Amino acid sequence: MKAPDFDYLRPASLAAAVAMLVEYDGEAMPLAGGQSLMPMMNFRMAAPEALIDLVNLSELRGIWVESDTIRIGAMTSYADLKGDAAVQKHIPLFSLALPHIAHDAIRNRGTIGGSLALADPAAEMPALMLALNANIEVEGPDGARMLSADDFFLGMFETALDGELIKAIHIPVAKSEQRFGFHELTQRHGDYALAGVAIVQTSNTYRAAFFGVADRATRVPKLEAALEQNEDITSVLAHLNSVDFTDDIKANHTTRQRLAGVALKRALKGMTT
Amino acid sequence: MTGPAHIFDKPNRYIGKPEPRADAARLLQGRGTYVDDQKLPRMVHAAFVRSPHAHATILSINAEEARAATGVVAVYSGEDLAKHVTPYVGTLTHLAGLRSMPQHPLAVGVARWQGEPVVMIVATSRALAEDACELVYVDYAELPAAVDSETALDTGAPIIHSELGSNLAWERDVVVGDIDAAFAAPDVHVVERQFRFGRHTGVTLETRGTVCDYDPSEDQLTVYYSGQAPHMMQVIFSKHLDLPEENIRVISNDVGGSFGIKIHTYGDEIATAAAAKLLKRPVKFIADRFESFLTDIHARDHIVRAKMGVTEAGKIVGIDFDDLTGIGPFSMYPRTSAIECNQVLNLTGAPYVMENYRAKGRVVFQNKTLMCQYRAVGHPIAMAIADGLLEDAARKIGMDPVALREINLMADDSYPRTSATGMKLDDLSHKRALRKLTDLMNYDGLRARQTLARKKGIYRGIGFVSMVEVTNPSPMFYGIGGAPIASQDGATVRLDAGGALHVSSSITEQGQGTNAILAQIAAGVFGVDLNRVKVTTGDTATTPYGGGTWASRGAGIGGEAMLQAAQALKDQVLEVAGVMLQTGVETLDIQSGAVTDIDGSVRLTLADLARTVYYRGNELPNDLNPELIATRHYRVTDFPFVFTNGAMAAHVEVDIETGFVKVLHFWAVEDCGRVINPLLVDEQIRGGVVQGIGGALYEECHYSPDGQFLNATMADYMVPMASEMPEITIAHIETPTKTSILGAKGAGEAGTGGAPAAILNAVNDALSPLGASIWQMPMTPERILASLNQADCN
Repeated sequence: MKAPDFDYLRPASLAAAVAMLVEYDGEAMPLAGGQSLMPMMNFRMAAPEALIDLVNLSELRGIWVESDTIRIGAMTSYADLKGDAAVQKHIPLFSLALPHIAHDAIRNRGTIGGSLALADPAAEMPALMLALNANIEVEGPDGARMLSADDFFLGMFETALDGELIKAIHIPVAKSEQRFGFHELTQRHGDYALAGVAIVQTSNTYRAAFFGVADRATRVPKLEAALEQNEDITSVLAHLNSVDFTDDIKANHTTRQRLAGVALKRALKGMTT
Repeated sequence: MTGPAHIFDKPNRYIGKPEPRADAARLLQGRGTYVDDQKLPRMVHAAFVRSPHAHATILSINAEEARAATGVVAVYSGEDLAKHVTPYVGTLTHLAGLRSMPQHPLAVGVARWQGEPVVMIVATSRALAEDACELVYVDYAELPAAVDSETALDTGAPIIHSELGSNLAWERDVVVGDIDAAFAAPDVHVVERQFRFGRHTGVTLETRGTVCDYDPSEDQLTVYYSGQAPHMMQVIFSKHLDLPEENIRVISNDVGGSFGIKIHTYGDEIATAAAAKLLKRPVKFIADRFESFLTDIHARDHIVRAKMGVTEAGKIVGIDFDDLTGIGPFSMYPRTSAIECNQVLNLTGAPYVMENYRAKGRVVFQNKTLMCQYRAVGHPIAMAIADGLLEDAARKIGMDPVALREINLMADDSYPRTSATGMKLDDLSHKRALRKLTDLMNYDGLRARQTLARKKGIYRGIGFVSMVEVTNPSPMFYGIGGAPIASQDGATVRLDAGGALHVSSSITEQGQGTNAILAQIAAGVFGVDLNRVKVTTGDTATTPYGGGTWASRGAGIGGEAMLQAAQALKDQVLEVAGVMLQTGVETLDIQSGAVTDIDGSVRLTLADLARTVYYRGNELPNDLNPELIATRHYRVTDFPFVFTNGAMAAHVEVDIETGFVKVLHFWAVEDCGRVINPLLVDEQIRGGVVQGIGGALYEECHYSPDGQFLNATMADYMVPMASEMPEITIAHIETPTKTSILGAKGAGEAGTGGAPAAILNAVNDALSPLGASIWQMPMTPERILASLNQADCN
């Protein structure tokens, strides 16, 4: 379980990192916290020609309050997010979710940008972005652009990134008319979810993003509409039938659908006030 | 007879005291020496190309590119090593009819499980060896695989060893009394269930590994080995590598857990030794976690159909069951893979009085990783069958499960006696243990709270197990069948010139505190302070000959040898002291490092005595030949095993919406005879319970229908973690075994053996108001939801 040989690069600026990505023409991978990439390399499931270590890019690390949004640098670790007063104040959903993301050792290294770029369907962070209607600021050889979370996650480990790096994440500051809910079902604390959901309620509209249930973090528009129309829970849950639930050794699709429904009910029950 | 009381009751005794382990600080400070810490001059590293198929003919191997790759020192195929290593067969004569076939360290001709080593690469680093593995091209022709043990015996199933004609490795029937008549009696209720026990594995913190160093000038092989039985491995390396036994030294320094995983013959380890011999230089192999999952022995894998008959009044009339065990493509060498099933046949229902018993065991080959002895061999299956059916029967006749046990448990004053299957039992305390358990947990209060919770829609359950554990095995376990496995152990105790004790023992330390209890016994029995005892274990060159640590035998057998050696040295020292002090030895004692009068007043320090003996022998009479070293060996006689007993209970909550189980509390009352160190015994029980909870709720090796291991990572294979573990309350009853002076029985496997049954019973107790029940482990959320759905359909 040793990674194959690779070049190791440590750029000093985002521009240099982007240039390196271009130079390796798709054969280099950016290294953020390494909590997923390093095991994949050690299993020889990933064998990039080069690793571009983003550790020195201070421009990618930080939490900035900008009027009605919080801007979070892509290299900000979960531990930094968890301990940040502005995050606690302005993104209550993070406070609900972060304790469920793995364990301290992983939260110390794992980054928000790394999680989004990987797009693991069972990870919490992509679902949080969907629920929060976040925007993802990326930079590539053709310049910078802003992608909405809804347009970012394309499939299992697949994103809209096109030779680009995530620079920052923009999350709307919580408003007084908003309530937040989060529930995750795992057999052991810190594991990837068998099913989970993050909910943002704004007045009577809902954004509910499920994770661990399908090939990507998933919103179900009809389910959100049913919540808005205050339908009874049975008919709300019926809209889960449209999701293509995952089958694996931990749970088959029937179990996953059931657990997704339980997660939703419990998240709704535990909404912030 | 129990030993003379003074050994245990002296003012400076250590036996029975909660002494912290002397080596804990060293290990916690990262100063342990595990196999991977061995770095020898000219050392090279091994990696293995492993079969990607569960069953395939190896048509050709092209390793030319690998041979030429950077850093590669050698490449060996199965045929290459077969010229230097004789094959081995995992059969023993006392397991009549057990069949297996010769096994080579690397597959020869046919690969029979995914992960079987096929080609060995030796290179200057592990990374380069792995690089070269990718340059080996093996042409396989896939064969149909026999994966499912239930169909492995069917006509038309793929036969793994054509020479054997079928996939049946072993079968045994046990018939006592007339079970059919007993079940047919008018007032007898019969419950019947099919149990499934998934495969799991040991997951040691330190993975398997070895550094083998061969010195051609002396034809000497030195093996640094992460394992439990150094002397057994010495014989195996000698026999199969054609080296004189005395030219092999096996050293087990610190070992990071073993649980029965590290007590077998693994092809990659044998290949490493062969490569060292061929290359005449040290070769290191450390299994990575992926290799561990694919090649460490797996455990359990039983499908059991079982019935129990109980009279209206609650008397168990008998048990009838059929156990099918899947063991992979070979019986593991040298201990065999039939012991697990044999234990199930022998131990099921052993705590209970029972006239009728019928059991059939079948052990079948399959194209999966080999299955063999893991902590609590066969016990969790045996306990779950008997106690699972017992609580099922209790529900059926409307009796409390504790009351039903009270009726059927063997009385504490009824020993010596035999179990239904003829096991010799003595010094057990089932009824006292159960009563102590129900007091400890406040059973009545818990039941009342359970009833209240149910009214609120909270489904909690309470489940019990009364159990036995096989410990301190005699030669009847392995030696009788021809295995090179010592059932006796030795201890040497030496007084050095400074008045300290150097002790060595053939039992081994793999993290459980063996060395600590050896020191306590030696210090307490001989009479020095604990910090003046230095312990050596795990080296065939420097310790007495013996079996090592497995089958919960270290404390009971190795500890008794140490007690006797310490007593012998004490007698020898007092003889010298008597001459030096011109006093009768009966008036002398040794306490806290000094020869004393019986009342404890110091007459002569041990340092003074030893210095006189070692430096100034001229001061002693010429006819006195002082021996300041003593060795004693001990084996269990009269009994095949020394059984322990225990009673355990689990309190669980089942989330009926999700199928999740939370263990709220676990209680264990254990009678392991004399407790040498309560801290260590409690941790053995606690750790065992945690592994039992793992087997009951989390751990499972998943295979695809074509024999691919699906969850060979720590992310996908769920070991129990601290966050989910309940409070575990432990209490003891001490009924010393009469087979030794020390009176210690084993304690290492009880938790693992008993916890699964208690959890199963607790879950079923929680589910019972919903008409649901589950008989498959691990009890995953999906399986619990399925049982609830089934109940809804009914």
